[in-house]
Amino acid sequence: MKQFIQGIKDGGAIGIGYLSVSFTFGLAAVSSGLQWWEALLVSMMNLTSAGQFAGITIMAAAGTYIEMALSQFVINLRYALMSISLSQKVDKDFRAGRKMLLGFAVTDEIFAVAMSREGEVSSQYFAGLAVLPYLGWTGGTLAGAVCGNILPKTVTDALGLAIYGMFIAIIVPAMKKDSRILKITLLAVAFSFIVYYLPGLRNISSGFAVIICAVAASAIGAVCFPMEEEQEGA
Amino acid sequence: MELSVFWMYLLVMFGVTYLIRVFPFVIFRKKIENKYIRAFLAYIPYTVLGAMTFPAVFYATGSFVSAAVGVMAALGLAYRGKGLFTVAICASLAAFLMSII
Repeated sequence: MKQFIQGIKDGGAIGIGYLSVSFTFGLAAVSSGLQWWEALLVSMMNLTSAGQFAGITIMAAAGTYIEMALSQFVINLRYALMSISLSQKVDKDFRAGRKMLLGFAVTDEIFAVAMSREGEVSSQYFAGLAVLPYLGWTGGTLAGAVCGNILPKTVTDALGLAIYGMFIAIIVPAMKKDSRILKITLLAVAFSFIVYYLPGLRNISSGFAVIICAVAASAIGAVCFPMEEEQEGA
Repeated sequence: MELSVFWMYLLVMFGVTYLIRVFPFVIFRKKIENKYIRAFLAYIPYTVLGAMTFPAVFYATGSFVSAAVGVMAALGLAYRGKGLFTVAICASLAAFLMSII
């Protein structure tokens, strides 16, 4: 119980941080055509920022289910790496059943806090850690979606930019900090322009285009700038 | 979008996202130490977001000019280290102001 409470405390800052991001997600989801409760459900069942934004982009473009699955797979692949690291850090009582339940809550931030904890991570602590981020994420989505429903169309049109503003706010600081991320991300953007404007490639659907560009650029990045254990940028 | 289509999208999203987190958590015992795979996975979030943003962002508001103004605002604020919410809202605001001028 003590561990659970400690987890809740440690998750507070993440929960507050998630409020504004998920609020923006709620706005973006509604402006892209989702109902408020659909936006809420997406957040309740996924708890991931980039994946969800990609998801509503694909829904809005009426992409195929394969595209949806592939985009989620590629974007969220990093969670697999985190889950593997986390699996080394949890205590013996963190059994398979609990992993199946709590593994859902592996996000960039929750993972980072759990890994920074001294010693092993118990299932009680991890469960506590997930509480406020989950509430922040779903509550913020609901608030954003309801606001998006109330706002006039001219405003929601402009908010179509919000989702991309968020993406820019995620990638630019990382590019500033790490020259490898800078080069590889610019490469991905260049690929994306080529695929978008080059005649003959234009009939590739947008979801696949993103996957192809991202995987190609990241693979080139992995070969040119491999990462040793300690110097991981992300 | 039809409701059944939405549910199907949601199910696909949930299934993939859930399995990708939980499967390695339950199964894996060893860390990935391959430096190429580590690098690939570290770059992926940024390359995905980069490719998703450009050039699609220029068509997000229905006006290339207003979108471009929004992008400039977003890049400037993000470079100064402003938070996600601030950047997103200011980019939208800049585009909105541009569109009514």
